[in-house]
Amino acid sequence: MKNDPVLLGKVERFVGSLAQCGELGIKPVFAAPNELILELPYSKAIIGNPDTGVIHGGAITTLMDTSSGSVVICGLEEFELCPTLDLRVDYMHAAEPGKPVFAKATCYKITRNIIFTRCLAYQETDEEPVAQCVATFMRIGAEATPLPFRQMIMGEEIVDGLSKEGSV
Amino acid sequence: MDLRNIVARAHENGDYSELIATIPYAVTIGVECERFGDEVLFKLPRKKSNIGNPILPAIHGGVIGGFMEISASLYLLMFQDTPKLPKIVDISLDYLRAGLDKDTYVECKLTRQGSRVANVIVTAWQKSRDEPIALARAHFLFS
Repeated sequence: MKNDPVLLGKVERFVGSLAQCGELGIKPVFAAPNELILELPYSKAIIGNPDTGVIHGGAITTLMDTSSGSVVICGLEEFELCPTLDLRVDYMHAAEPGKPVFAKATCYKITRNIIFTRCLAYQETDEEPVAQCVATFMRIGAEATPLPFRQMIMGEEIVDGLSKEGSV
Repeated sequence: MDLRNIVARAHENGDYSELIATIPYAVTIGVECERFGDEVLFKLPRKKSNIGNPILPAIHGGVIGGFMEISASLYLLMFQDTPKLPKIVDISLDYLRAGLDKDTYVECKLTRQGSRVANVIVTAWQKSRDEPIALARAHFLFS
């Protein structure tokens, strides 16, 4: 699959608006329809075991939650904030210290109310995953997300406060 | 670093900050811990950098999950007399309410302790214990 610069731009603006992602340095590296890859750089701030330098599971959970929650941008026409309903994470092995972790999320089913995703966290290759996650997200509808925020994510101009819906 | 000594010292003087300071990620999100008799409560004070949803604003779901995971592993370390931090195997998180930009509390309950694996139930709340913002079940491996 090819990297889609328009989708990547939307995800970049969305992830860029999440303070915790800024704190951990999480950033998108690949976006395509229904698929997204985010990168978590290695840093001292996310170490869980000071003796080994291994990253804490919590940082992996944040990476996977963000990736799974943002892949909906690659699956929906219009941006809408989708709160997480549940997240189930299996940790297969410790991430090797000093190297970034990638999270590849897929949006495999979208219904009127719910979005189902799965996600794999890995380092060198996704054949040897660090963790795996399945999640569900609630759809609250695009209207429930403030228009200026939606336009910021979609990369649209706000014309004198005139909303797109308002003009139709 | 001998975690067992740090835990013993923390139990003795009732100050768990030295123990938490050994885990950089816990410091990053700002975990605190307090003991009341035999019970222990974990606290995540309101912090700007923990925000995920900028609109509400609300704490990032991953931070809530990470806080619950750290709390469960510290809880096992404090009460199961293990020399090392247990390893997380899996965690299942249910998000019930938005975690608003406020202080968050976590309480852990040991459901089952085998010789190698422990199962912990974790509850997170803000306003009242009866209105949890998230529930989690987690398995940890002692090795």
